[in-house]
Amino acid sequence: MSSSTSKAIDPSSVELWDHSHHHHDVLSTRTFGFWLYMLSDAMIFALLFAAWGVLSYSHSFAGGPIPADFVKPGYAFLQTLALFGSVLAYGFTMVALKNGNKAGVISGLWGALILGAAFLALDINDVVHLLDAGITPQRSGGLSAFFILTQTHALHILFGLLWMLVMLVQVSRFGFTTEVVGRMLTLRLFWHFQAVIWVFVFVFVYLRGMLI
Amino acid sequence: MLVDLQGPWSPLLGRLALSQIPYENHILAPLFVVVVILGLAIIAAISYFGKWGYLWREWLTTVDHKKIGIMYILIGLVMLFRGFMDALMIRTQQAMAVGPDAPGYLGALHGYLAPYHFGQIYSAHGVIMILLAATPLLVGIMNVIVPLQIGARDMAYPYLNALGLWVTAAAAALVMVSLFVGDFSHNGWFGIAPIFELSYSPGVGVDYWMWVMQLTALGSTLGSINILATVVKMRAPGMTWLRLPIFTWAAVASNIIALTSFPALTVALALIGFDRYLGTHFFTAGLGGNLMLYTNLFWIWGHPEVYFVILPAFGMISEIIPTFSEKPLFGYVTMVLATFGIAGASWAVWLHHFFTMGAGPAVNSFFSVATMLVGIPTGVKVFNWAFTMYRGRLRFETAMLWAVGAVFLLLLGGLTGMMLAIPAINYMVHNSVFVIAHFHQMLLVIVYAIFGAVTYWWPKVFGFKLNEAWGKAVFWLFTAGSVLVFVPMFTLGFMGMTRRLDYVFNTQWQPLLDIQVLGIAVYSLSVLAFVGMLYVSIRDHAKNQVSVDAWGTARSLEWMTPSPVPFYNFAVVPHINARDEWAWRKEHGFTDLRPDHYEDIHMPKNTGIPLILGALMFLLGFGLTWRIWWLCALSLALIIALVIIRSFDSDTGYTIPADEVERMERGHHERARAVDLPAAGVLGGAIAYGQADPAVKGQGAALGGGMTSPEGSRV
Ligand code: HEM
Ligand SMILES: [Cu+2]
Repeated sequence: MSSSTSKAIDPSSVELWDHSHHHHDVLSTRTFGFWLYMLSDAMIFALLFAAWGVLSYSHSFAGGPIPADFVKPGYAFLQTLALFGSVLAYGFTMVALKNGNKAGVISGLWGALILGAAFLALDINDVVHLLDAGITPQRSGGLSAFFILTQTHALHILFGLLWMLVMLVQVSRFGFTTEVVGRMLTLRLFWHFQAVIWVFVFVFVYLRGMLI
Repeated sequence: MLVDLQGPWSPLLGRLALSQIPYENHILAPLFVVVVILGLAIIAAISYFGKWGYLWREWLTTVDHKKIGIMYILIGLVMLFRGFMDALMIRTQQAMAVGPDAPGYLGALHGYLAPYHFGQIYSAHGVIMILLAATPLLVGIMNVIVPLQIGARDMAYPYLNALGLWVTAAAAALVMVSLFVGDFSHNGWFGIAPIFELSYSPGVGVDYWMWVMQLTALGSTLGSINILATVVKMRAPGMTWLRLPIFTWAAVASNIIALTSFPALTVALALIGFDRYLGTHFFTAGLGGNLMLYTNLFWIWGHPEVYFVILPAFGMISEIIPTFSEKPLFGYVTMVLATFGIAGASWAVWLHHFFTMGAGPAVNSFFSVATMLVGIPTGVKVFNWAFTMYRGRLRFETAMLWAVGAVFLLLLGGLTGMMLAIPAINYMVHNSVFVIAHFHQMLLVIVYAIFGAVTYWWPKVFGFKLNEAWGKAVFWLFTAGSVLVFVPMFTLGFMGMTRRLDYVFNTQWQPLLDIQVLGIAVYSLSVLAFVGMLYVSIRDHAKNQVSVDAWGTARSLEWMTPSPVPFYNFAVVPHINARDEWAWRKEHGFTDLRPDHYEDIHMPKNTGIPLILGALMFLLGFGLTWRIWWLCALSLALIIALVIIRSFDSDTGYTIPADEVERMERGHHERARAVDLPAAGVLGGAIAYGQADPAVKGQGAALGGGMTSPEGSRV
């Protein structure tokens, strides 16, 4: 390793400075960072699911209402349809984006927005009915976990809807600039991810809830 | 939905009332006066010298990763001092309150701190030292160094970087405000279920603690995304993974831990928040709550967190030791593997913080063995450092002293950790000051590494070296203080002294407690010496100027930039040919740092939005703590609005034309030549490994001289 053993190198054969004019790929850097963010978001959900797992024994409901009394997988399936419809609409948005079809992107975004809002409306309706029936997060640890898990997901959906509104404005105002396209791509990741989380919510809260 | 509070509340001020200001407290009231006077003096001085514009343009709105790093380090140092003052009070109180006859002062029965006040002090000490001193110091150093080490001009997301800084600053501000408005949590830095529930801690202390921790969690998550994306996406061409400088590897491992573990803290604290604000029952003692759920969630973050802070420290040691051994790092690949081994294992050991939960022999055995496995990669690292030094040309400059000191402390801390990992022993010493001594050894490793890193990289950032004599004085005083405080602490732990005592019942412990006070006095001297070192170094900075390669034997890429580093880092991005690129170039005589031509540089524009967002986060935290709902709603709405408005701004960068770059670079090179060692004749006075005797050095100079342009060899 010492310098005496190292061979002399012909200076003209080495490249010391980068003149390749390469530019960092803004879109891929941005998307990569968003994947990392989603990893942290996934951890948040993982831990909320863990809390739900720990707090979903029958004694966690402290003698109050238990999930089997109140979860309605059929109703939650409607929510599933709404959310998956929204994701599908977003998929069409991305196809339109690829074709540079501005009108297509805007109508696709509206579709995703409306179906997402439908999901949220169904969720709010459900929560209001539960609260009316005295099934509140304050009643027991198990119910606390049920509400916080499902409503954290709903909050993400709300956030996604807000984001779609912003994108509607930006697409119509700026067209397909790098920034706008980047945001459309990350929003796609976000929206699919929330749908995946919903699958887990549906299975572990609503389906499994029937057995608790 | 919201819980009913005991005590007064008003829509305008929430729980805030004049009675919450502790103006009759004999310690806080004078301190408050001092802080106000100091604050006014700083504001007056800035106004007098007309520096507001400079401060705003160059610092508060900057997106430059180096300046952001420096501000992180400043926050860290200020908070380190605050945490140190807490430690001073803890040590003196314990030494004064021994035995039933110990006198009491300032309204305390024994000593001078009432139990409730003492509880706040040790809680604040822990939170501050781990999350607001060690973390910002490490994040700051990573911020400055990582982009330089991989040949990048900035972070992947400069704007996000500034946001992370200001969120951390908001957390620091919130914990400082808790000193003078209301009180802080008294249930330890990790929170004890169910004491933090509203029924047992009705005040705002726990809320302060919770929101301070939440803000730091947010800041750290943002920071970790940024560093990971930077290393993955922004490396210079030729910088393959196995050429990555070892500190950068450590930063990668550490930030993977941060990214995956901080959400656990977010969740644990958010659930406390729901309990305290909405009246849910996650961690309550009745109604289906589960106390150990909290403890598990917290340590699922808490243990990875301790590795999040120690891995960068390992990285720093791994940079310093080769430079001052004048040898390449021994076992680079095993070092990388060990780093990731530690990171991976950190996920499977959290239960060792509560073996006494009583989960049963199978669970305890699993976590015991998993914990002990961490010793293997850690041992690999220690041996690698030792073999790096073996037959090296060792130079014990200040930075090297800190690094070697850190390795010794690591042995002590690691071996006591191994003892704690054995459940049978752990049942004996859990919650004793033996545990405190263990993790302080570990955290001292970090402090030593940080001081070493600051000494080591200071000339890169500021262009001159810190004073060696004063630096060594700081080192020896600090080390003497550590010995005097922690040897008695280990002993007391074995003798059965439990942690967090505001009153010590056993009068036989008095002598050991007194030695600890002596130790903390020596620590205080080291703080003074640190200030003295800064003063002397800055006063004499003209004499201690350095050029690119301040230590002469550094190996990695950051030592190819001018010192101080210009805001664009590299005028032309280097092409990487070897693992230790700079050492490789020195060895082969490619030490001329002037490329044949320059090109335009694209840089991000400054922006004030992260600062404003940080301020709003502070208001949000403050509003939530005091339950001032209008303030919460307003600041949250403004935060969302600002983020959206910013997303409409597409004009976020600017271009420096090539001839401008060339002009600036010529200035840097002239300066470098002016301060360079005349003997060397090339930038940095390069002494490649194995070329230290003068004759060979001359040869190197001739070689380098041939490579430089005519102006270069004329010096
Ligand atoms: C070889 C590696 C290590 C082992 C085997 C180890 C083992 C342990 C064990 C078993 C405990 C629990 C003691 C108890 O409460 O009964 C503990 C506590 C602790 N360790 Fe370590 N440790 C190691 C490294 C570290 C490192 C690198 C750090 C920090 C940089 C650290 C910081 C802490 C802290 C902060 C606590 C106590 C927290 C508290 O209770 O407040 N440890 N360690
Ligand atoms: Cu641990």
